[in-house]
Amino acid sequence: MKDRTFLEEKAKEIRRHTIECIAHLGVGHVGGSMSIADVLSVLYFDQMKVNPSNPTMENRDRFVLSKGHGGPAVYATLAMKGYFDKEILKTLNAPNTKLPSHTDKNLTVGIDMTTGSLGQGFSAAVGMAKAIQMDQTDNYIYAIIGDGESQEGQIWEASMFAGSQGLDHLIAFTDYNKMQIDGETKDVNTVGPLDKKWEAFNWHVQEIDGHDVIAIKEAIMEAKKATGKPSMIILNTIKGKGASFCEGDVGSHNMPVTEEMCKEAIARLK
Amino acid sequence: MKLIDRDMRDIYVDLLLDYAKKNPDMVIVEADLMKALATTRFGEAYPERTVNVGVAEANMIGVAAGLANMGKLPFTHTFTPFATRRVYDQVTLSVAYAKLNVKMVGSDPGVTAQLNGGTHMSLEDVGIMRTMPTMTIVEPVDGVQLAGLFPQIAAHNGPVYIRLLRKDFAPIFKEGTKFDLGKAIRVREGKDVSIFATGIMVKEALDAAEILASEGIEASVVNFHTIKPIDEDMICEEVSKTGAIVTAENHNIINGLGSAVAEVLSEHCPTPLRRVGTRDHFGEVGKLDFLMEKFGLKAKNIVESVKEVLKQK
Repeated sequence: MKDRTFLEEKAKEIRRHTIECIAHLGVGHVGGSMSIADVLSVLYFDQMKVNPSNPTMENRDRFVLSKGHGGPAVYATLAMKGYFDKEILKTLNAPNTKLPSHTDKNLTVGIDMTTGSLGQGFSAAVGMAKAIQMDQTDNYIYAIIGDGESQEGQIWEASMFAGSQGLDHLIAFTDYNKMQIDGETKDVNTVGPLDKKWEAFNWHVQEIDGHDVIAIKEAIMEAKKATGKPSMIILNTIKGKGASFCEGDVGSHNMPVTEEMCKEAIARLK
Repeated sequence: MKLIDRDMRDIYVDLLLDYAKKNPDMVIVEADLMKALATTRFGEAYPERTVNVGVAEANMIGVAAGLANMGKLPFTHTFTPFATRRVYDQVTLSVAYAKLNVKMVGSDPGVTAQLNGGTHMSLEDVGIMRTMPTMTIVEPVDGVQLAGLFPQIAAHNGPVYIRLLRKDFAPIFKEGTKFDLGKAIRVREGKDVSIFATGIMVKEALDAAEILASEGIEASVVNFHTIKPIDEDMICEEVSKTGAIVTAENHNIINGLGSAVAEVLSEHCPTPLRRVGTRDHFGEVGKLDFLMEKFGLKAKNIVESVKEVLKQK
């Protein structure tokens, strides 16, 4: 079990690599990558049963980034974990890259599901958790969905089914940064109250500070105790968290990042 | 297993049950149409391997993709329009693009939707599935063919769309006939013209060939049970024999079998062609005979097309 300082340092490092690889390219999905750095730190450096030297280990835990545009933060995490060399992070979206904008299980070692069309990854995660229920294995499926993504009907089709089936080896997170491409979610199409909605769909629901690594860790441990129900952990987050040039900005979804912006942000993340 | 004078759905379920015995990873994923396809019988035999997501086709495909991602072999099912156009993005990305091995059954293709009417009548499903990379499309014509192709479909490593008749239609093949996925099969020899048919149009093609024979025209009839990949060798072989082609399909003439054949002809062996099928309009409610008559899907329509194409030969 890792302590707060260790996990916070890992989250900072995820953020540094994420900004660096996006700045290297010059443009990218900064906002939604930065907001999930803390949960990725807890998952990959504390909670998930995975083995980078045997990435397809049969009984491993799986992670599905249903909001696939957060790929850069996951790539940073996988490189830090040892799935591939950190130098490869510089190839984000370069010609013939193994690291595309949206996560692709056939291109990147360590990615468990191909995502990008919102809503779909979550359905697949539910199917993966159904397989665990059928085989009665002890591994878990983790998934992150976006709050904007929660406007997709498929999220609620999958939610209803997972709740109905009691898929208790599915632990999902909503990256509730309250923003989407066209503005704040409350102005575009209100998604709240998320807690009541997930509860109504027969999920075990917790709502926490999504940037508090210990709160995330404790919520995951609590979720594992909730048998008979899938778990939703609503992460209250800030879009662009830790990127000094765009933290809390609606415009951070997909934006240009210069080397100067990168340097300043990295300096603040030391 | 009895393969003649039985509903296709009953044969399909027998095949599922038989395959499931030997393959513990096989599962079915349904969307509240188990009673329509009689897969309830599979559900009773293998409740732990039966997933019914309710009326949620997009989730059905996503859940199937997730199951396949964990090593299962899922067979999904809903009516053809909902198995294709309703879930096109899910099939494209979660299944085909993600390279997950899911078999997708669409039942009641084209006019066989009959009294469910225009909303349930897929006259574009082959077209949209055909443009999807890696997709294999199969339309079994009878129980013998379904049974012959099923093990190959299950063993094929990649997504397959199966355009499945539910009811008992005219049997075409004798028990014991061998079929190869991806290879068309000749059902009648002839030297003057070739009729390429799929699904319920095979019977019409054979009837047309009889009418033509009585008028001294010898038509070859070939069944393309696999529409993608299309059997180019068979197309070119028939062209060299007869030099005139008519296609017949229970689908829009745009982007179905006729289009697939036209593509091969124009690139490899330019030859006069006529296409029999629905002519770019929606379906409507009605019994099969009425619809086939109204939409020009009868043997007489094939005969007319043969006479037209022969003028160009």
